Amino acid sequence: MRITKAWQPIAEVLDGTSSLKIHGEMGIYQLADANQQVIFIGYAGGRSPFGLRGEIGRYEETAPESAFVRLEVTTAYLSRYQELLMIHQADHGSLPACNLPVPLGRLSPG
Amino acid sequence: MDLNLTEEQTLIVGMVRRFVREEIIPLELDLDPDASELPAEERERLIGLTRGMGLYGLGIPPEYGGPEIDLVTQTLIAVEMSQHRAGLYAPCYGAFGGAGLAQLFEATEAQKERYLYPTLKGEKRGFFGLSEPSGGSDPARAIQTRAVQDGDDWIINGSKLWISGADKADYGLIFARTDPDKGRNGVTCFIVDTDTPGFHVRRIVHTLRSAHYATELSFEDLRVPASNILGKVNGGFAIANDRLTRQRIPYAAGCIGVAIKAQEMALDYVPQRETFGAPLATRQGIQWMLVDNELDIRQSLWITLEAASKADRGEPFRKEAAMAKLTASEAGGRVVDRCMQMFGGLGVAKELPFERWFREMRIRRIGEGPSEVQKHVIARELLGASFR
Repeated sequence: MRITKAWQPIAEVLDGTSSLKIHGEMGIYQLADANQQVIFIGYAGGRSPFGLRGEIGRYEETAPESAFVRLEVTTAYLSRYQELLMIHQADHGSLPACNLPVPLGRLSPG
Repeated sequence: MDLNLTEEQTLIVGMVRRFVREEIIPLELDLDPDASELPAEERERLIGLTRGMGLYGLGIPPEYGGPEIDLVTQTLIAVEMSQHRAGLYAPCYGAFGGAGLAQLFEATEAQKERYLYPTLKGEKRGFFGLSEPSGGSDPARAIQTRAVQDGDDWIINGSKLWISGADKADYGLIFARTDPDKGRNGVTCFIVDTDTPGFHVRRIVHTLRSAHYATELSFEDLRVPASNILGKVNGGFAIANDRLTRQRIPYAAGCIGVAIKAQEMALDYVPQRETFGAPLATRQGIQWMLVDNELDIRQSLWITLEAASKADRGEPFRKEAAMAKLTASEAGGRVVDRCMQMFGGLGVAKELPFERWFREMRIRRIGEGPSEVQKHVIARELLGASFR
């Protein structure tokens, strides 16, 4: 299942002026460039000290070209993370530009 | 009747226990609490260790390169192997190998060349495709995936649900209905390559297990040669049934191992943790929970070992395997729940393994035949078929 939520400007999300409020929950997130093309998919899991806020907050290390973000709070973060990577692979033929290669299954999402 | 472990069993159990405590548990400190895989180089290192112990390939018959270990000893090993955070569904992260799809030991030589031997070498992975959206508990009736003969081939159409590992597999065993009028005797098992046109992994199915997900498959005019039938046409249900019965023993052993570890952690904790000026261990409420845990563990352990023992002697063990799965899965859930309660807030935190065991143990009451089906199997064996 793809994420279809609206993109939010990452600077506004992190400085708190956005309507999207992020805290320390576990979940998954997508970062996009200025053209709203996904460039990174990540997750905040059980070892993330500050959850989604912490992981998205270090976007300059993971995907410095990020301009937008959208996320999903979920405890099924590992399977959702793999699913989003597989969907991206199926849709575009490759992983997002800033994701390192990981062993993945294959999906035909239709 | 001697219920003590033999000298050899004591040695093997000790080796596996040390392996889990010295090699597996330290690794988990750096993994996500829900992880079920190790980095490749770490996994290869551990496989080197288990080969060195002579225990790699448990469940593989000796004539195919597996160690000569009886099922009772394998059960004792399975109890030890599961005693870590990921132990229920990823015991020792696969470092002891396994038989994979054991049905392939009955395959033709050509099928073994293409599928079994590469699987045993770690070059190929398979999945088991039985359950469907229409049902999983009663596959003989619920299977609606159809296979229709077309010359030397069969054309398969349908879908499967709750299938583990299909997205990463090279092939799978797919059970399809080849004779709609014959019920359980109208199902055939096909070996299907996952790169066959018409084979689709449509979606991930997210469950209580975060990393080890299930999938939904669809087959659209999937063409399979007759040479890929495993066993006989309309003989698939016997293959599925045998697997379901045998699998229940190690499945039960995994639940027991986690319960043992949870109890061990609780026994270590309650003498230290104080409330209202005294250790938890002095409270009768806590003591009785520990006693109930111990009874749950021992009852399910002895039932499971009895099932393994009958299987080793070549006696019918269907009832005993069902009893093992039923008691171990339900007892395991009760033990983890009580231990979680004893640990209080820490029991539900991801820092400790209880919350993962609690979620995953809930699935154990459903997978590989839910508790109600196990009771049905046991009752049928007790009363005889005429009272079905």
